[in-house]
Amino acid sequence: MAEIRAQAVSKSFGPIAAVRDLDLTVEDGSFVVLLGPTGAGKTTTLRLIAGLEKPDRGTVAIGGRDATALPPAARDVAFVFQQYSLYPHWSVFDNLAFPLRSPARRVPEDVIKRRVQEVAELLHIAPKLQNKATRLSGGEMQRVAIGRALVREPSVYLMDEPLSSLDAKLRAELRLELKRIQQDLGATMLYVTHDQVEAMTMATHIGVLNEGGLVQFGTPRQIYENPVDSYVATRLGIPRINLLPVEAVHVQAPRGAVLVGARTEHIKLVERPVNGTTVGLVQRLEHLGDQSHLHLRVADRQIVMLVDGHSPLKQGDPLGIELVQPLFFDADGRRVTGV
Amino acid sequence: MAEIRIEDLHKAFGDFTAVKRSNLTVGNGEFFVMLGPSGCGKTTTLRMIAGLELPTSGRILLDGEDVTFRRARERDIAFVFQLFALYPHMNVRQNIAFPLKCQGMAAADQRRRAEETARLLRIDHLLNQPISRLSGGDRQRVALGRAIVREPKAFLMDEPLGALDAEFRHIMCQELRALHDRVHATTVYVTHDQLEAMAMADKIAVMNQGIVEQFGSPQEIYDRPASMFVADFIGSPPMNFLRFTGAVAPGSTSVRLNGCTLPVPTIADGRSEGELALGVRPEHILFEDGSGLRGRVFGSEYLGTTQIVTVETNHGRVKARVPSDVAVRTGETVGIAFRTPSLSLFDATSGQALRLQRTAVGHG
Repeated sequence: MAEIRAQAVSKSFGPIAAVRDLDLTVEDGSFVVLLGPTGAGKTTTLRLIAGLEKPDRGTVAIGGRDATALPPAARDVAFVFQQYSLYPHWSVFDNLAFPLRSPARRVPEDVIKRRVQEVAELLHIAPKLQNKATRLSGGEMQRVAIGRALVREPSVYLMDEPLSSLDAKLRAELRLELKRIQQDLGATMLYVTHDQVEAMTMATHIGVLNEGGLVQFGTPRQIYENPVDSYVATRLGIPRINLLPVEAVHVQAPRGAVLVGARTEHIKLVERPVNGTTVGLVQRLEHLGDQSHLHLRVADRQIVMLVDGHSPLKQGDPLGIELVQPLFFDADGRRVTGV
Repeated sequence: MAEIRIEDLHKAFGDFTAVKRSNLTVGNGEFFVMLGPSGCGKTTTLRMIAGLELPTSGRILLDGEDVTFRRARERDIAFVFQLFALYPHMNVRQNIAFPLKCQGMAAADQRRRAEETARLLRIDHLLNQPISRLSGGDRQRVALGRAIVREPKAFLMDEPLGALDAEFRHIMCQELRALHDRVHATTVYVTHDQLEAMAMADKIAVMNQGIVEQFGSPQEIYDRPASMFVADFIGSPPMNFLRFTGAVAPGSTSVRLNGCTLPVPTIADGRSEGELALGVRPEHILFEDGSGLRGRVFGSEYLGTTQIVTVETNHGRVKARVPSDVAVRTGETVGIAFRTPSLSLFDATSGQALRLQRTAVGHG
């Protein structure tokens, strides 16, 4: 395994700057997730590291070796795409063995057999090795696609939304598996997604991208609890963080603060509102089973907070609320701390 | 506005039965969601209500009137497919007014109704804009406007948000429900996404293999699933099942799993020796050092406020949702306990829930 280091990498497609001046280090054995919406530059970053795109400026090093000018095959990386591309007429075994059977590698057949068997067991597809690829479910096909990356034991794994074509249940299952496999192998993983749940649950570190730039890099907990700006704050957390003008609520704000960000855990109900308590009007109580979302209208803005699902609230009821250690942002959206 | 009732509705395509003798009532002004996996019969049911399919047997009543064999256009129902289809060469006003134009309504009335509709959807400032200049969200609103401008008796929607990404889908869910709260039109909405159903519905019918497995409010279905299918389909992660063999007597207040006695709500009807499953939602699991029921932590998934901890027990893997400040280490052994009033018990052979007597279910 190896570390990945991208330094001052930029890439434009015509007038569009897809990646701007990006510095990113994926440490040996870490699981880094690049998170961002469509167009944030995450897939381009991954392709630059894989060697599928050439940077306009900057360098890419893998395992301490400058790889900027190397073709993909010489970089010792394995890439898993969003759409699994298996050879449909081949068995699972042959699909998994394919990367090892490349003439350039000259891997003896008994080694191939052992390696495929190991990977198949790791991914719980060993009983299906003789099945044709077309006879598999979607989840099994994606496991084979991931398995094909694993058999090679490359320096790093690059994955581009490998779970996005699967249904919710299978995605949840494979999330946990992928994390376990990465830990067992001590693999270096760079993984791209727009799904915040995948990022939070699997990553050792998350890189939040916006418009081609890396906005923040840190552990899921750092990013969730300590976002550098309002953009990052809205990327993580379900329900989404409430952003309000500071004038809308009674709260002591630090100098320069224009926006206050309150996650559900930052909002408390006030039993006995007094003069100066922020009051909101109940819009709707949404029962989602494990939690209930209360939609509250505060100074012409809508906020969402968690409440007991069995509370007898009606539309139009006034409720006192209090913010506890919320986050503050300035006019440019940057985080402001300290009162 | 209208009440929709289906009685003994049955639909077969050759050998394949799509809908089996179903009965449902959608109350006037209700937001009703049919939820189930693909192939469960939800779309076929919707298409029969719309008049796009004829039932093999049974009846459909719209406001008490039998419309079973009435043509689609004679039913005064608006069918909303994926909310995307707009006429690109027309502006917002023309798109919204189009159904009225087709009815031959006077131009002044068309104008007035289109403007009212646009105000309701908060897109009245966009009336003269071409479609190509609109954001994705505004396009969805225009498409919705075209459905509601006719003021039909009911709306039928077939996975209208299916093509959207998760974040935008969530926003549109909120908007659709807010719109419903303003116009109170009877709505039948089909989806396979349990979160959409939970977020919007007054009532949900969970369907499986052509049968309505359960009908009720979102909270009832979540708290007291009628079958293992429903319990597993709703919730993310879904309900955990701890399978065991045993017998339960009516009136008993505990079950025995692997030598461990666990309290349950009072069992109303018993079962002789057989396969049973104890059902527990992830948020109703607690870590308790003293508990006899033990397992090994397989992994934990951080979600901000909470985390999902997967524990391997003698009864299979169990997922618990606990606050993220609870420290757990992969590989350590933990004791797990349950919030008794929230438990469910199933006959694991038939999949049906056993009746339990319970007071109000504790929450959170």
